Amino acid sequence: MIDSAILEAFFEECEDLLVALSDGLADMRDGNADSETVNAVFRSVHSIKGAAGAFNLDELVGFAHTFETVLDELRANRLSTDDTLLRVLQRAGDILADLVDAARDQVPADRAQVDPALSELQSFLGTSVAEEEEFVFEALTLSIDGPERLGSYLIQFQPGRAFYATGNDPALLISALQDLGPVQVHAETSGLTDDLTSLQWDEGYLTWKVELADQKNDLAIRDVFQFVDDLCDLQVTEIFDNAPAAQIDVTAVLPETPPEIGTLLGQTEEPATIKADKPEKNQKRTASTLRVDPERVDRLINAVGELIINQSVISQRIAEAQLPNSSELHGDLDDYKLLAREIQEGVMAIRAQPVKPLFQRMLRIAREAAEATGKYVDLVTEGEATEVDKIVVERLADPLTHMIRNAIDHGIETSAIRAESGKPSTGTLRLTASQRSGSIVIEIIDDGAGLNRARIKETAVTKGLVAADALLSEQEIDHLLFAPGFSTAKEVTNLSGRGVGMDVVKTAITALGGRVAISSVKGKGTTFSITLPLTLAVMDGMIIHVGGQTMVVPIASILETIRPAKADLSQIGLHNHLLRIRGEYVPIIDLAERLGVSPCSDALTDRVLLLIQTEVAGQCALAVDDILDQRQVVVKSMQGSYGEIAGISGATILGDGKIALIIDPDAISAPPTSDLKSHLQTQRDFAHAAT
Amino acid sequence: MSAHILAIDDSRTIRALLTSTLEAAGFAVTTAVDGVDGVEKFQSANADLVITDLNMPNKDGFGVINDIRSGAVNRAVPVLVLTTESGAALKNRARQAGATGWIVKPFDDDALVSVIKRLTGA
Repeated sequence: MIDSAILEAFFEECEDLLVALSDGLADMRDGNADSETVNAVFRSVHSIKGAAGAFNLDELVGFAHTFETVLDELRANRLSTDDTLLRVLQRAGDILADLVDAARDQVPADRAQVDPALSELQSFLGTSVAEEEEFVFEALTLSIDGPERLGSYLIQFQPGRAFYATGNDPALLISALQDLGPVQVHAETSGLTDDLTSLQWDEGYLTWKVELADQKNDLAIRDVFQFVDDLCDLQVTEIFDNAPAAQIDVTAVLPETPPEIGTLLGQTEEPATIKADKPEKNQKRTASTLRVDPERVDRLINAVGELIINQSVISQRIAEAQLPNSSELHGDLDDYKLLAREIQEGVMAIRAQPVKPLFQRMLRIAREAAEATGKYVDLVTEGEATEVDKIVVERLADPLTHMIRNAIDHGIETSAIRAESGKPSTGTLRLTASQRSGSIVIEIIDDGAGLNRARIKETAVTKGLVAADALLSEQEIDHLLFAPGFSTAKEVTNLSGRGVGMDVVKTAITALGGRVAISSVKGKGTTFSITLPLTLAVMDGMIIHVGGQTMVVPIASILETIRPAKADLSQIGLHNHLLRIRGEYVPIIDLAERLGVSPCSDALTDRVLLLIQTEVAGQCALAVDDILDQRQVVVKSMQGSYGEIAGISGATILGDGKIALIIDPDAISAPPTSDLKSHLQTQRDFAHAAT
Repeated sequence: MSAHILAIDDSRTIRALLTSTLEAAGFAVTTAVDGVDGVEKFQSANADLVITDLNMPNKDGFGVINDIRSGAVNRAVPVLVLTTESGAALKNRARQAGATGWIVKPFDDDALVSVIKRLTGA
């Protein structure tokens, strides 16, 4: 019975090994490989095989064995690295990952995938390998029929030189024989000279004769000598009942405590200098890790959320107490805030994981998509060390897969078309991750044809998503891609079109509190940017006043805050105001008006503008009455109690115990009169329903 | 006193399996993550027996046995090689390097424990 914790550890280790394997193969493909790279690749496969054997994962072991054999040939320079071999190795790496997954999920492997990869690997091996591949463990056959006939055996052995030098000890062998049955031991000492000082520690001077009674056969005896039968001139003979036992001179000389050769050595040998092994260039330290039940971390995160609320309550109370500025309590409170923040960051860091394994999976997705479409695509990953919450890493896999497939299927052109437009025949898809001011930004950048906006709009009109005469900005057109049921592919390809559209991608990302932005230049390519909050439970918010209400705007979406001068404001029509900032005009959205409350003053110059970045409307200036504070807030969902509220993403508890609503900048900035409104609303409903 | 085993393997899983099997059998276990770490720990571990993997980064199992057998400390310690291959060639190589015996992965817990008990006299 294998401990499930060890099995779990095995799968974790497999993840690491698969990453190392994939890294190594990538280096080999890029020509950055040296002999150590091939060794490391070999070892990854070898380790998976070795450990998988312990859990009887036969399919995995079988495949890894063939894979490893090919790598061993490569390592021994009996195979040369060409494109075909590299492709086969990459494929084998993918299949190995599949087999690990199948083993983890306890489902049978997909032989339709495995077998071709296996025969591809085998094609690199000569016929001799098939024989070598025999994986037979000798089984002891025990005869259980017939009455037991017990006999005696005479075991004679004379240890040779290598016997002692390989760490063996006759006393231990004799003691093992003694465990099998009654023994009589005789040491033949004629090989000893009188001069004991001339004895060599590793020389065999004695011959041992052991008579062992009550044995069914000699198998157990052979077993005792399994490691030394070639080192000690072993003879095992059955003594028949009629054989004169008296022939053996029986003198028991089994010592009480076996002599410790090792300690003797230490005294007689001159201490050799111990060579210090210089750490090699490629030496990688194995990181030591601590495994924790995720539930404990979740409990900790909840407690930290409460701590943050408690901290703002205390801040508020202290502010209300109107203590003199000289009070030391102010400094103490700052320390407390700092510590609370550190604890929060520390707790979040426990859940943080590098995006590398996620990106590694995308390499494969890209490879398969390129093969399926017959296009040439390089996926370049950047920022693999960027750390994201574990949940985010897990939930991003599907959207990213979809987007990568889309980019290759629809974005990147065939090499013929690329050649016509003077681009390199191989398209480049970049997958990057970075941390930007409290957010994680993941970008998928292709150097393909760019979005065909005319066709996108045409499709949207056909599908009744927008009116034919609607005036849409480029950004608005781009975002039609995320509308439910939208698909621009004239025929749904087997690759990216699987009956789901980009709306599912958007839903998944929105559910993580993130957003997607698109920018596309015709002929140059398209960039999808996914912006995700660093943490899911706590966010940095700006506390604002509007129409007598206290509300929170996520800092992540605020670019800057402005107190407008009259000269920078202009008006179009009756209700539409614009702010001029650095030579550009951005629409002003009156938050009070959108929320149906009365602002403190009609004059915009009396108010504060928050310049925000939104998905659909680009930059907007959100007019609010005042800014109160900037602090961390614990996000609480309100959907359970109040359902979906347009423009509000949740609520938080402020220091004074009051509840403040959290503004959803994207929803609040959506033009209310636009034809987009209804579809945006549907889309949001859909997104929220999925959370 | 229970015998002290030094287990050297680059696979976390195998280390965990060895540790749990051997500790359950009453041995004290020290683990090392590769050959270099193994030889380093061997100098101070005062091991009664060493189990080593063959394929490891930085220094392989043959290197470990070589270092132990040619070192000053406890050079006649029994060394068991853990290998996935049951081929005679590999066993010969291990034997020539000075291995005491070998265990074929995947190992049977009872067989492993009985071999170790025999080699340590426990």
